[in-house]
Amino acid sequence: MTELWTLFLSAAFVDNMPLTLFLGLCTFLALSKRPESAIGLGFAMIGVLGVTVPLNWLIYHGVLAPGAWAWAGRPELDLSYLSLIAFIGVIAATVQLLEMLLDRFFPTIHAAFGSFLPLLTVQCAILAGSLFMVDRSYTLAESAVFGVGSGLGFALAVAMLGAVRSRLAYADLPNGLRGLGIAFVLTGLMSLGFASFAQMAVSP
Amino acid sequence: MAKRADILATLTAPLIRQNPVTLQILGICSALAVTTSLATAVTMSVSLTVVLTLSAVIISLIRRHLPDTIRLIVQIVIVASLVIVIDQILQAYLAEISRALSIYVSLITTNCLVLGRTEAFARHNPPLPAAVDAFGNGVGYSVILIVLGGIRELFGRGQLFGWQVLPLADAGGWFTPLSLMLLAPSAFFLLGGVVWAVRSLLPEQAEAPEHMPPATVRAAE
Repeated sequence: MTELWTLFLSAAFVDNMPLTLFLGLCTFLALSKRPESAIGLGFAMIGVLGVTVPLNWLIYHGVLAPGAWAWAGRPELDLSYLSLIAFIGVIAATVQLLEMLLDRFFPTIHAAFGSFLPLLTVQCAILAGSLFMVDRSYTLAESAVFGVGSGLGFALAVAMLGAVRSRLAYADLPNGLRGLGIAFVLTGLMSLGFASFAQMAVSP
Repeated sequence: MAKRADILATLTAPLIRQNPVTLQILGICSALAVTTSLATAVTMSVSLTVVLTLSAVIISLIRRHLPDTIRLIVQIVIVASLVIVIDQILQAYLAEISRALSIYVSLITTNCLVLGRTEAFARHNPPLPAAVDAFGNGVGYSVILIVLGGIRELFGRGQLFGWQVLPLADAGGWFTPLSLMLLAPSAFFLLGGVVWAVRSLLPEQAEAPEHMPPATVRAAE
């Protein structure tokens, strides 16, 4: 149990997706202009990462991993090179399904952040979640915890950046730095702050 | 002649003026993650340019047979197949660099730059301009990557391509490496600085203020 909790904390803070691993930066920068859209994106990320990482675990270990077909008398079969295409397909399908379910059962939530959902298909952070899951050979429980944790880390970071950027109205910036430039500098400062969480991983 | 000028313009526009990273905000994730050394930056640039050009040509060739509703899925599958090929080649011949790049090669699949160019350009144009546009964007992306990779490796380790350029203080020289350059925050600062530099040289790229302070909004009313 403590191991899962440690994994959760390290996924959310130490290995923060946008700030220390540079993942999902395109949407991170594009949708953090105002806090409302940033929070919507954050919730969508938690949902999609929390669903796709364990789902891809099942698919990888049930179908693609070396030796997965041993029960059918084909232990030498190794389909892991197909994992990229399989993962992308699963992510696209999950995002579509999630959007339809939300639209049907929770129309208010769908109205709040439904428009971000299709974007998440091509979000590198989500694909990276599944690739890390294979790379670090997590178990099913670990992969679920990892998915939710890294989604939470992304949500925190994007909400904070959105809040800071809406305050930029009071800053008198040089013309060339306005918009994208200052967003990078802010992200760098936040990344410095998150670097101090690195100590957290080693403490028991 | 006019046609050749067009092609030349398609090729050179993305280098600085329409640069994919600094202006179009495409492909930033990988631009920052792989620039801790020049060798990884160059490998990533070459892989991305190859994937981008090939996928643009393929999608441009089948553009008349591609139904609009499923085009995204088809494009992603084409890109993913090319990425798998590149990944396998890197693992076979450049194992060390492939390990340094870890999952970022696979992430070319979801690099917004590839999908952005195929969606915006290759889908509506014949193969030759599509290939030229993709190649130009790939080179524009590579320029930023190589500049960042060069700065970070030079000041972080005093090396270029693994060669000791600045003599280190530990080894009797004068240069003390700035280890911050190898960490995540410096990548953001450097790219912010590059964006600032480009936009100071080309003022028409500067963005309008995102928000107005309440006081000035009220005054404007």
